Amino acid sequence: MTISLRHIFLVLQIILFLILRMNLNKRVEFSLADLKKGEKAIIKEISSDKVPLKLLEMGCLPGNEVEMLQLAPFKDPMYLNINGSHLAIRQETAKFVIIEKLVNG
Amino acid sequence: MAKQINVSLIGNPNTGKTSVFNALTGLNQKVGNYPGITVEKKQGICKLPRGVKAHILDLPGTYSLNASSIDENVVIELLLNKNDKDFPDVAIVISDVENLKRNLLLFTQIKDLEIPVILAINMSDRMNYKGISLDIPYLEEQLQTKIALISTRKNTGIEDLKNLIINHKNISKTPCLDASVIDVEYFNRLRNAFPNQLLYKLWLVITQDVNFGKTERKEPSIESFKTKSRSELKRLQQKETIKRYQFINQVLKRGQVIDTSKARDLRSKFDRVLTHKVWGYVIFGVILLTIFQAIYDWSSVPMDFIDSTFASLSEWTKRALPSGAFTNLIAEGVIPGLGGIVIFIPQIAFLFLFIAILEESGYMSRVVFLMDRIMRRFGLSGKSVVPLISGTACAIPAIMATRNIENWKERLITILVTPFTTCSARLPVYLIIIALVIPEGRIVGLSYQALTLMLLYLIGFGAAVLSAWLLNKILKIRSKTYFVIEMPNYKLPLLKNVVITVIEKTKSFVFGAGKIILAISIILWFLASYGPGEEFNNAEEIVTTEYASQELSDEDLQHKIAAHKLEHSFIGITGRAIEPSIRPLGYDWKIGIALISSFAAREVFVGTLATIYSVGNDDEDTIKNRMAGEVNPILGGPLFNFASGISLLLFYAFAMQCMSTLAIVKRETNSWKWPILQLVIMTAFAYIVALIAYQFLK
Repeated sequence: MTISLRHIFLVLQIILFLILRMNLNKRVEFSLADLKKGEKAIIKEISSDKVPLKLLEMGCLPGNEVEMLQLAPFKDPMYLNINGSHLAIRQETAKFVIIEKLVNG
Repeated sequence: MAKQINVSLIGNPNTGKTSVFNALTGLNQKVGNYPGITVEKKQGICKLPRGVKAHILDLPGTYSLNASSIDENVVIELLLNKNDKDFPDVAIVISDVENLKRNLLLFTQIKDLEIPVILAINMSDRMNYKGISLDIPYLEEQLQTKIALISTRKNTGIEDLKNLIINHKNISKTPCLDASVIDVEYFNRLRNAFPNQLLYKLWLVITQDVNFGKTERKEPSIESFKTKSRSELKRLQQKETIKRYQFINQVLKRGQVIDTSKARDLRSKFDRVLTHKVWGYVIFGVILLTIFQAIYDWSSVPMDFIDSTFASLSEWTKRALPSGAFTNLIAEGVIPGLGGIVIFIPQIAFLFLFIAILEESGYMSRVVFLMDRIMRRFGLSGKSVVPLISGTACAIPAIMATRNIENWKERLITILVTPFTTCSARLPVYLIIIALVIPEGRIVGLSYQALTLMLLYLIGFGAAVLSAWLLNKILKIRSKTYFVIEMPNYKLPLLKNVVITVIEKTKSFVFGAGKIILAISIILWFLASYGPGEEFNNAEEIVTTEYASQELSDEDLQHKIAAHKLEHSFIGITGRAIEPSIRPLGYDWKIGIALISSFAAREVFVGTLATIYSVGNDDEDTIKNRMAGEVNPILGGPLFNFASGISLLLFYAFAMQCMSTLAIVKRETNSWKWPILQLVIMTAFAYIVALIAYQFLK
């Protein structure tokens, strides 16, 4: 069997598709760490192994609204209002909370 | 009926739980420790109508029954052990009216243990202010409980709460949730294996790493149910949390109405400034400076008063009691020893006053938020700021304040470096040596002496931070790193709470650390008052013959005798024995004795030198003059010169000279390894630095 130009094309196409999809995913998936001061978002998903149970107990659950109230220098830690609970967490935790930004609060 | 009602207060931090405790018990409370651990146990008696008494236990604040610290473990251990003498007849869950949703999570968990629970909704005076209205009958029905709307600030609702406690037998024990919804199949298996046990209790026994009462341990087969992996269990715990919130949301949808248009928001206005990238730090700095200024300025008056009172008390004892060994022990050992403890009360009380105000007002959490990133660079946590600030008064309460640092490595490092911060006990040593060796004079309006003192504080803080950085590199401890801190609402501190905190903390300092300081000063007195052999026992004769040719006043002669006795007492012999090892630092045997005795507590240094230099009273100026007159036995010239003075200052800045701190570190780390390492490394480092300083400067 010979490798034709068409085969190479096909492979290239698949690779291109994968890259595009990854980028697309990146653009769609924001984490809490991406939220800017004053922005609001809805919590989508929480990676259960990385986020302490305590944070969930304080109201950080899928479906709840979150607002970024204040950022310390270097954006770390961050001061949030999650579902009425006011708390501060570090970036290392925030990046495991996937969110969907709300436009203009 | 004579039996007391056992009541446990349970609730999230920052809900005013302690205020409720204070309101129920008044000053009728005592603070101790749970056996074997240093978690504070606060209990008190509440007098109810009809002559009934309730025993109130204030449990440590917790967000749920999933414990992540020893303080939180205490709550679960009690609630799972029916045989504990404190096991509640009725539990009161205290909730903050603004965070009802989150507080109900803990409520539903305790309810599932089939313990009767009263729900006390605190800060109800803020309901209008926040536009909140509650349908109490509906909530009582849905949550199967009785609700008391209280406000400790306005002092309302406390009587209702007391009535509910009396009638606790009428409160339903029915759970709110069916625990098996978490994982039906797994819970069915549990139910079949332990048909007589409460399901939710089993679940807690499986998921929590806590010490359960002996009765629970008799169930070895429960181990076999830990088959699920840690992460699987954690996923189930998350599922449990979600299920609980679903229930709570559904109840609150009808039971609670929040009209946000009516709500006023002071928090965000304050936060905009207090957590600001620039202003936040400026304000924190100003607050710190004010606190330092206040502690040193305001406490100097009562401290001088205590000092002179104890001096005259000691003198009075000597005159009033028949002379003899016992009188001497009282007048020279016990009373100065007690004075050494009592003299720190003003500073400690002021410090606790400020810390209590900062904590009660909610500002401390903002400081933690501001400092976390900076502290983390050195392996510490934002929460380490509180111990490091408290450490400037005393390392003992500071080390106890590390408990709310969740990460063990960060907590351990904080415990290990806190003794470097300049505690108030170093101050007397610094002051007298600075007065001796640092010239008076000013540079741009600031005196050299004040600058030196400030420099010493900076050195202490720098040593703490740098050693933290080193420890962070060296220690190979992997602990789950997470950091979640609640930012509570700003509140005007309640005077009653602040006063009670200050009294309690000061009392525990005096009786805790005080016992050790007292014991050491008695031992020191014995070692300094007795000695072996001719030289000690015949001191009077020897000195009298030696100075027979000189015309000495009676008083001077007595001083000479006392000094000679001391030199040949047990402690004097020890001082001479260690002299060769401290000579390279520029010290003589007398300073050596002071070094040894001040191992018990640093402030003993000045007192010891005062005795050694034959000064009868504690007047600092006289000690200073005597010290200035001391001659270096080998090199000639004053003993306390610039080189040996700096060397001493540096030694005191770094050396671990505080038995009480070591004892606390042992208790908090539960091992002798850390305090011993602390003692050896800090003292060795102090020795090396002092050696280098003296050799360079001499």
